[in-house]
Amino acid sequence: MADNLLYFTELLSMPVVDLKGRRIGRVKDAAIVPLVHASRIDRLLVGGTDAWLAIRFDQVHSISLAKGIELSDEVLVPYHDDEFLLRIARDLLDQQIIDVTGRKVVRVNDITMGIQHDGERDTLNVLEVDIGVRSIFRRVFQGVLPPLWIRRMQRRISPNSISWEFANVLEPDPLRRIRLNISYAKLEQMHPADLADIVEELGPAEREAIFETIDSEAAAEALSEVDDPKLQASILESLEPEKAADIVEEMSPDQAADVLNELEDETSEEILDEMDSAPKTEVRELLDFREDTAGGMMNTEYVSLHENATVADAMSAFRGNEDLLETLNTLFLVDAEERLTASIPMARLFIASGIAHLKDLASATLIQVTVDEKQNRVTELFDKYNLLTLPVVDEDGKLTGVITADDVISVLRQK
Amino acid sequence: MGKLFSRFRYHVAVFFAVLGPGFITAVVDNDAGGILTYSQAGARWGYLPLWTLLPITLVLIVTQEMCSRMGAVTGKGLSDLIREEFGLRITFLLMALLVVVNLTNVMSEFAGIAGSLELFGLSKYITVPLAAVAVWLLVVKGNYASVEKIFLFACVFYVTYIFSGFLVKPDWKEAALYSVRPVLLLEPAYIYMLIGMVGTTIAPWMQFYLQAAVVEKGITAKDYLSSRVEVIVGCVMTSVIAFFIIVACAGAIWSKNPRDIQTAQEAVEGLRPFGPYAVLLFSAGLFNASIFAACILPLSTAYSVCEGLGFESGVNKRLNEAPIFYGLYTLLIVVGAGAILLPGFPLVKMILLSQVLNGVLLPLVLIFMVILINKTEIMGEWTNSRWFNGVSWVTVVIMVGLTLALVGISVRGTP
Repeated sequence: MADNLLYFTELLSMPVVDLKGRRIGRVKDAAIVPLVHASRIDRLLVGGTDAWLAIRFDQVHSISLAKGIELSDEVLVPYHDDEFLLRIARDLLDQQIIDVTGRKVVRVNDITMGIQHDGERDTLNVLEVDIGVRSIFRRVFQGVLPPLWIRRMQRRISPNSISWEFANVLEPDPLRRIRLNISYAKLEQMHPADLADIVEELGPAEREAIFETIDSEAAAEALSEVDDPKLQASILESLEPEKAADIVEEMSPDQAADVLNELEDETSEEILDEMDSAPKTEVRELLDFREDTAGGMMNTEYVSLHENATVADAMSAFRGNEDLLETLNTLFLVDAEERLTASIPMARLFIASGIAHLKDLASATLIQVTVDEKQNRVTELFDKYNLLTLPVVDEDGKLTGVITADDVISVLRQK
Repeated sequence: MGKLFSRFRYHVAVFFAVLGPGFITAVVDNDAGGILTYSQAGARWGYLPLWTLLPITLVLIVTQEMCSRMGAVTGKGLSDLIREEFGLRITFLLMALLVVVNLTNVMSEFAGIAGSLELFGLSKYITVPLAAVAVWLLVVKGNYASVEKIFLFACVFYVTYIFSGFLVKPDWKEAALYSVRPVLLLEPAYIYMLIGMVGTTIAPWMQFYLQAAVVEKGITAKDYLSSRVEVIVGCVMTSVIAFFIIVACAGAIWSKNPRDIQTAQEAVEGLRPFGPYAVLLFSAGLFNASIFAACILPLSTAYSVCEGLGFESGVNKRLNEAPIFYGLYTLLIVVGAGAILLPGFPLVKMILLSQVLNGVLLPLVLIFMVILINKTEIMGEWTNSRWFNGVSWVTVVIMVGLTLALVGISVRGTP
């Protein structure tokens, strides 16, 4: 083990010695000021005879396991609780944090710090958050066995740590989140499904903090991936109606309707009131359908064209709907009364010429259901005809929505 | 009127939605050990001990209510909260104790399985391994929702005790009278029996299990009022079952010849004159209670330990994702069931030891609970009210006193 590493368990209760070699107390805690430096230990909090003292990092001369902490300055100030301090023992140890690379919630057992010598002074930097059995061993025997014994004995246990850079501290209080410069930006980069798993593991306060802070689009994607509809609803409920509305607007209308359905009427009305008018109308229409019917399963994210349209028309229609492209696999044709007449697998467009008529590319049989068709029947059709997308029509045969394979999978998983 | 009815329907729906954790935990309280204690009380003292059931119900409600409230408000398990507030070392010691206590509890459950099935002429060398495998598979292959349904179904089987109570034709007038008339005899054996009855009421693992189950079920502070009803219904039901066990043994054994019995099988033998159904129902009940508790105990232990120490846990994780969780779970079942099959294994001593360790652990758990539930930073507006706090502390002091008395008597030997 390299000598320039120091565990927080070792730092705790390390003696602090002043310029004349007198011991003034032991370390009780250490703190980072994230607004100034993301990883440097900025203050050491030392328990003296009565009050705690705060030692700035530039007042430290040397740090070693053998001699403890030697100071280079005499003028020490008493410690006052300062909202800009992230205190390791109080705020970090034993708390949950998010391991962004490992994509899971972990509990902090210990912190590994590096000692940086630059001749004039020794500085501590937080390197890793320790989570495995090895750090549990250190914590349990800290203060019971001499640190060097612990270091020797722990070598048999394999280490388990995450880099400080990829550790995301959870702070439910929004004011403190700003003062401590804790951002959840790293979570926005994660796959929404992973973020949803993490959210499911946390308590309500931390959940709320995450959804309040990350941007509405990432929040909407993650919320859609949360499996339990009850949990989705309770997350939305915990947010301010404006924020909840922002998130719901970003969700696909069918999922938005499903979530709002789980809420009590008053709450879902409040959220709907805050929404922009276009998504609101779509969601409201979907809200009227029973959940276990085709109408309740469908979404309104589809592209339909007039039955005389050509491949070139289709291409220009796509250009106007870029946000749909990722999931789109079928195109629909409707007549002048918007009644569904044909469905076209998108892949056929690639090999057709621009002037070809879309209806010549249509599937031989048109499979469709009405809005009040039972859920079971819908899943049956998907299985029987190996569908990816199933169009849904109203009683007049007008195209009103589509059900996609992922909707069916969610339904089946919930059984 | 219509509105009133729909509100009523809403409440009923919410009640069934939260039904599970509180009810199950309370009912499992009547496990193999509990049934033995109640049988002994009835066989030796007849209807006299019935009055204790009223205060026992109260004590049970007070402690269970606190756990489910903490679970609903914080969304975290009890071992999580203890870890965050009291640090790793205390958690580690607590968890180590919990594992040992619960291991001996698992042994007594498997002994109950073996004993009840031997009454049907089945060898324990067949039944215990089969039961162990069944228990292991149920949890590893099932998910929380389906396992909970099985557990709720198992709760229904406790009515066998009510039937066997009726078949014995006890003296109902006396039973009713002594249910509300406290009788204190200054005989050491009587006092020992009273302490035993209260002592088996609250086990440390129940608090951990209940809170974890409330969290797992996703019950939030909003549904909490329904959850409270569920806890109360469960606790009352538990005492009703206990009432019928005591009454059955009082009617069958005490009324003929008051005597000490050592095992639940002896109680069953005492029921023989009342026909095959009384015997069948009583031993089926014992089997059900034992295997039910044998399912919950190892699972709850593995959960609490992994949560508290920060290991991956949960039945929805795969084996290689949560090795410590599954390892501990398997170990508890294998050792717990294996001990019953070892010839010459000091089972009685182990159960005694478990009682002693229970007594060491319970005060800690209860005191931690009351401290935690009074922290505003954890519970917000849901902390204990002043009078409830009074009740809690009185309950804690009584429980701790009685449990320690039980430990003292157990160690010195039964009078």
